[in-house]
Amino acid sequence: MSTILSVRDLSVTFDVRRPGSWPWTPPNKLQAVSQMSFDLEAGQCLGVVGESGSGKSTLARAIVGTVPSSQGVIDFEGHDLAAMSPAQRRVHRRDVQMIFQDPLAALNPRMTVGEIIAEPLVTHEPGTSRTERKKRVQELMEKVGLLPNLINRYPHEFSGGQCQRIGIARALIMKPKLLICDEPVSALDVSVQAQVVNLLMALQRDMGLSMIFIAHDLSVVKHISDQIIVMYLGRQMEMADAETLTTRPEHPYSQALISSVPIPDPALEKARVRPILEGELPSPLAPPSGCVFRTRCPKAQASCAGDLPVFKDLGQGHFVACPFHAAQDVLAVTA
Amino acid sequence: MSLLEIDNMRVTFTTADGDVNAVNGVSFGIDAGETLAIVGESGSGKSQTAFAAMGLLAKNGRATGEARFDGKDLLKMSLRDLNKIRSKEIAMIFQDPMTSLNPYIRISEQMAEVLMLHKGLSKTDAIAESAKMLDAVKIPDARNRIRSFPHEFSGGMRQRIMIAMSLLCQPRLLIADEPTTALDVTVQAQIMQLLGEIRDEFGTAIILITHDLGVVAGFCDRTLVLYGGQIMEDGPTQALFDNPSHPYTRGLLKAVPRLDRADAELLTIAGEPPDMSRLPQGCPFSPRCAQVQNTCASLRPELQGFGTDRRRACLLPLEEVA
Repeated sequence: MSTILSVRDLSVTFDVRRPGSWPWTPPNKLQAVSQMSFDLEAGQCLGVVGESGSGKSTLARAIVGTVPSSQGVIDFEGHDLAAMSPAQRRVHRRDVQMIFQDPLAALNPRMTVGEIIAEPLVTHEPGTSRTERKKRVQELMEKVGLLPNLINRYPHEFSGGQCQRIGIARALIMKPKLLICDEPVSALDVSVQAQVVNLLMALQRDMGLSMIFIAHDLSVVKHISDQIIVMYLGRQMEMADAETLTTRPEHPYSQALISSVPIPDPALEKARVRPILEGELPSPLAPPSGCVFRTRCPKAQASCAGDLPVFKDLGQGHFVACPFHAAQDVLAVTA
Repeated sequence: MSLLEIDNMRVTFTTADGDVNAVNGVSFGIDAGETLAIVGESGSGKSQTAFAAMGLLAKNGRATGEARFDGKDLLKMSLRDLNKIRSKEIAMIFQDPMTSLNPYIRISEQMAEVLMLHKGLSKTDAIAESAKMLDAVKIPDARNRIRSFPHEFSGGMRQRIMIAMSLLCQPRLLIADEPTTALDVTVQAQIMQLLGEIRDEFGTAIILITHDLGVVAGFCDRTLVLYGGQIMEDGPTQALFDNPSHPYTRGLLKAVPRLDRADAELLTIAGEPPDMSRLPQGCPFSPRCAQVQNTCASLRPELQGFGTDRRRACLLPLEEVA
């Protein structure tokens, strides 16, 4: 297996101006992503979970290249994203594609489905003939489960699930190597959500795609991912294979997050041991010193306010950023 | 006698594209102190059923049937009488707390208004009482923060404020319309715990409207499944989840990935949610049903009782549902 994406020490910082501040006062710095490091193997799916405001989407945007990183290296197939020449960058944009949360908002309402799906082709392979383009669009529509004869319809004529299929077709027409899915099923109804998840998994298998799957719904992420990263306030808390992370996580935050996820089983739900996390996400403009989770952590000690916890390697691809980590069975029930 | 009894409720919206039948003959009851889940996908009519009972339909909507609270029909009541019941006897909380709170008015004023109107308290007393309620729903520093505006709170805190406001008059029935959909799972767990405490403490009956089967599993005594504005089945939550009697419920339960299981592939329900202005004559689920029969498209199944306290609307015999 080869590594397709290697991220080292990645940070993304935004300048935030307070309203009413003078032009010469330096802006506040918002650390959306701080010192993240991970690898993605070719053909694998990496899930990223965390509460809103944890930096999941910023991470995705940095990898696509739509927001600049302030520190660190994003290495895609041996090329550093920040140091790419314009020609390499064009290749990167072709090879890394993205699908978004709101399927209708991501499509131009004035373009037909055929035009939307063919647009990357027009940009990246301008020489393609019209008939060839139409043929490829129709092939792909069939592949994602849309009737090819709908090619001249407009987005508003489709339901949410179908719009998401159009978004997927647009992302796949350039045969990308990496597909980044930012909350692709959160806006869909349960019965349609399963259809899209199955489609993504089938496409990943058939086309040998590597994927980064961002969502707040842990059950879906677990289902689709090989590896999962848990983020909190822009930092990695834990990383492990999907099964280990969702059944025996080591970090107190992962444990709290996973025990909050309801399971559609009345007997199990009523019997589950459920430590409930108090409070809410602190402001990313003024993150706590030391471990960012310490203000809500049930295991917090005085020492947590001091040094940043090391992202410790527990072996077998399991990393955890907590000195007091201990495995806990989050699906345990009271005897 | 049930606390609230909905009888053959229909809701129709007149639009430029013709009539949209959002709710098509829904009947159910909820007893005092009971928790009832109304589950369904978007467009299933779950919210409109509650809105109609509370007299909150949009201007182009009409409701027929009956919604009896304490034996009095809410649908035929004058606005004056309805306002004596709303928020005092039946309170409602909504999905998006920001749009249900007035952004220009301090929380103290918005909460005090309820008590001044329904209990005739003086403003000082009303604010003091409101602060106590905020404290009860675990808003830190409630006595000072009550002077804040809605935007100064986070989404989870705003939902707590909405809950506090709805409880001011100690209603006998609380209708919660997707109360945690806009929130993160950790905050969702906090809010559901709070609703549980309220139920245990005040004996408030709660109707929880949601699409999240996981939330229902942990919280509700009874579950009612809606599709296309009709009841597909209802019954005690445990029995319904263990042994769904309708192909739709069965499909729905198999379509959600579960944290405690490793499924190779999710089973899907084919097709798309129905167009409510063009519902089939028969069972609304028939175009998507994997076990559809010849008669399903033309013959509407009656909701029939079976087992202990359960009902189902399906032409297929119970043993054959797979």
